Amino acid sequence: MAMIDRSFTIIIWIMAGLVLLAFGWLVSDVVVQGAPKLSWQFLMDEPTRSGREGGIYPIIVSTLLILMTALVVVLPLGLGSAIWLAEFSSKSSKRVRTTRLILDVLAGVPSIVFGLFGYAFFCGFLDLGFSILSGGLTLACMMLPILIRTTEAGLAAVPQDWRKAGAALGMSRTTLLWQVLLPYASPAITAGLLLSIGRATAETAALIFTSGYVDRMPESINDSGRALAVHIYDLSMNVVGGDKASYGSALVLILMVVIINLSASTLSEFWLEKKISRLK
Amino acid sequence: MSNGLVKGNAYTLGSIEQGEPCCDPIPHFSINNLAVSYHNEMVLSNVSLEVYKGCITALIGPSGCGKSSFLTALNRLSDMVPGAEVSGDIVFEGENIFDASIDVRALRTKVGMIFQKPNPFPLSIRKNLELPLKEHGVRNKSEIESKIFDALQSVGLWDEVKDRLQSSALSLSGGQQQRLCIARALILEPSVLLMDEPCSALDPISSGIVEEMIQRLAGRYTIIIVTHNLAQARRIANYAAFFWMTERVGKLIEFGQCRPLFESPQHSLTAAYVSGEMG
Ligand SMILES: Nc1ncnc2c1ncn2[C@@H]1O[C@H](COP(=O)(O)OP(=O)(O)OP(=O)(O)O)[C@@H](O)[C@H]1O
Ligand SMILES: [Mg+2]
Repeated sequence: MAMIDRSFTIIIWIMAGLVLLAFGWLVSDVVVQGAPKLSWQFLMDEPTRSGREGGIYPIIVSTLLILMTALVVVLPLGLGSAIWLAEFSSKSSKRVRTTRLILDVLAGVPSIVFGLFGYAFFCGFLDLGFSILSGGLTLACMMLPILIRTTEAGLAAVPQDWRKAGAALGMSRTTLLWQVLLPYASPAITAGLLLSIGRATAETAALIFTSGYVDRMPESINDSGRALAVHIYDLSMNVVGGDKASYGSALVLILMVVIINLSASTLSEFWLEKKISRLK
Repeated sequence: MSNGLVKGNAYTLGSIEQGEPCCDPIPHFSINNLAVSYHNEMVLSNVSLEVYKGCITALIGPSGCGKSSFLTALNRLSDMVPGAEVSGDIVFEGENIFDASIDVRALRTKVGMIFQKPNPFPLSIRKNLELPLKEHGVRNKSEIESKIFDALQSVGLWDEVKDRLQSSALSLSGGQQQRLCIARALILEPSVLLMDEPCSALDPISSGIVEEMIQRLAGRYTIIIVTHNLAQARRIANYAAFFWMTERVGKLIEFGQCRPLFESPQHSLTAAYVSGEMG
């Protein structure tokens, strides 16, 4: 028995070690190769010679604009739908179960399909053209199912006891939602949000079709703009001698995701602390 | 445990420190022909009884006979249970609570409820009490303070928590949490407290403290308490209602003053149950 336990433990350790190793290798590769490129100039200059030289300023701006556009749409719609699903819909109704199923399927749909849809619908049908707006809206479609399902799961994990307590005190569901349920579920909601932001910042396929790959500075969200992931893809696949800039951009992308993660968790932690007192 | 309450005359509470004594049984709830079903399956039927003002009424009976279902009908918490349907009449303070004109939220402030598992919100002790107050329009700071003080005093929690009102309610012990939940209901100044096995999740000492507190609240409040602890029912209740299940439908078998119900039950089922032969 002890033998089995021991060997099992060793196997687990090896597995975890392998994963860490692969991840560490990947990150250190990007850091080592990208770090020499990283400078104030790289961050603040326009790209020249198809991105081989110069910087990535317009690309950072486009990326952030696309992300902002997506978030402006996703946050209210996603939280609203999740709250409806978790708190106000009747759990067993056919409509609700179908909605859930569709969301789960959508969360797994390859991004290229969203890209084609965005191209046909936002660029074509709504006549928004290749633009940051089209790209952001397409990303929003991709992020929505993830955010809705994680938020819903977060709310569903809040003990039913508090809903009963609130109702028995004659409190409105809205008060209970804002004062107890949402703050308590906020770590789960933040995790879902970060997961969907992760999916969005990594996105290339869907954005090539919708926000395009013009690497100039966008003048408004109706302009085409190149996202960082698209830039990295272009540099490494289409531009001979773009490796260095590509690694530099990848490093910037990673740093960006880290910063977004840290600030989102800090914000939600802050809100949680303010509203909820957990066991001290 | 007995703090001078006279149990001899069941509906006389004897020495009560505060509030009106209830020497004449005045109906507070009049329940007529109540039935509860879940997903069209009847679990409780044909319950008629009167709950008297200021008295403690204990609901006893085996598991699954519909005691909790009965209780949740009284503050219409059954509204939020999926598939639950309630029929019959419940007249509370002169109004049928199933009337369309009834304000359910106002009803629930008058009829407070305590659950088996203490369920304070994951907020500070103070916030737990503040939240329902603010929800019902009390904004004045000093008024809130004095109400918090009163509520904590009446559950005997003030001295224990007065220095740590800001800390999490979840850091309290089970018994303290349950008393906080009672304080949270009391702060809305209800006239009735519904208690669904309020002591059964607590250790014997906390349970004793809560029980003693419930006895102190009698007279000021009408209390309906579900308990599996027959000794407890006997100790604290003025009236008792015995439920039993026949063919999977709960029925009220016997209702009356507590002591006669235990000592000379009219029904053979009651006799068997209170003597511990059945259930
Ligand atoms: N939400 C619900 N949905 C469906 N059936 C329910 C629901 N709540 C209770 N029931 C059923 O109704 C019957 C009565 O349940 P209830 O909880 O009222 O009994 P109880 O007397 O309080 O039992 P206990 O002493 O175990 O608490 C049981 O058969 C139970 O299975
Ligand atoms: Mg019960």
